[in-house]
Amino acid sequence: MEITTRSLWTLVHGMGFGALYLLACSGAIALLYLRFASAGQTHASPSGDRFLGIYLTAMAALAWLTVLSGTYIIYPWYRATAPAGTTNLAGYPRALLLSHPATQQWHLIGMEWKEHVAWLVPIAITMAAFIAIKYARDLRDHPQLRSALSGFVVISLLAAGIAGFFGAMLDKNAPVDGGQNIQLVQGEKQ
Amino acid sequence: MSTQFAVRQEIAAVVTNGPGAAAILSAGIGSFAVAIFAIAADKSPFVKNLFVFYKPTGALSGETTVAILLWLTTWAILNWLWRRRNLSLPRINVIALVLLGLSLLLTFPPIGDLF
Repeated sequence: MEITTRSLWTLVHGMGFGALYLLACSGAIALLYLRFASAGQTHASPSGDRFLGIYLTAMAALAWLTVLSGTYIIYPWYRATAPAGTTNLAGYPRALLLSHPATQQWHLIGMEWKEHVAWLVPIAITMAAFIAIKYARDLRDHPQLRSALSGFVVISLLAAGIAGFFGAMLDKNAPVDGGQNIQLVQGEKQ
Repeated sequence: MSTQFAVRQEIAAVVTNGPGAAAILSAGIGSFAVAIFAIAADKSPFVKNLFVFYKPTGALSGETTVAILLWLTTWAILNWLWRRRNLSLPRINVIALVLLGLSLLLTFPPIGDLF
């Protein structure tokens, strides 16, 4: 059982950081609802307020790791230019997608949207984490700050969902593959 | 119960919403900058070249780096200006969420290509 270094990085970026962020988003929305749905008569503990700040900070770290690994590690492999005369475009995902009318739009719409919309996520969630930490228990006395925080978390989920969906579809149509082989499990001789 | 509420209102008045407002508005501005820089780089080869900070990643490196710097600078300035102020948050929230919503739309290539 082997995996290439590029596939491993794609896995870490998408299934590790990205998917974990999406899962964490639903947790954050539930957490915000439970803490503030009945604002004014809440009996939440200070440790719960601290937990919200820590949770959103962890999400912000995940969001930054996702966009930075995507932009600076995987994207250069994706957009690498194929040398003139290359017939096998398997190692050049963008060129491979653009070479067929049926797959062109995965790059022209999918990747073009994904590469930019993903960057809205760390901005939105870093802001949410800052507010949760800065105001902590006082957040219950600032309903408008709570609304903004919740709104930005929901939009970050939407943006991360768009990026995640196109990431998965792009990898299905033109996987980022290559580099060294990493042997995960040694096979038995037949 | 009413005493508790009154105490909370007092605390809310002491803990100003200025720093929160600064974070919210600057996040909206930073997001919008990502979309605007993406469109600018797409329309102008000159701007596209300017944004190539790291060649393997192309213009995306500059578009996002400049947008992040703009976001953080705006945040620092607004935070300093508003650190002791209480502002009208509904208006700031609407502006920030509209900017964030526009960023989602403008980064969608068929819409970005209209400009």
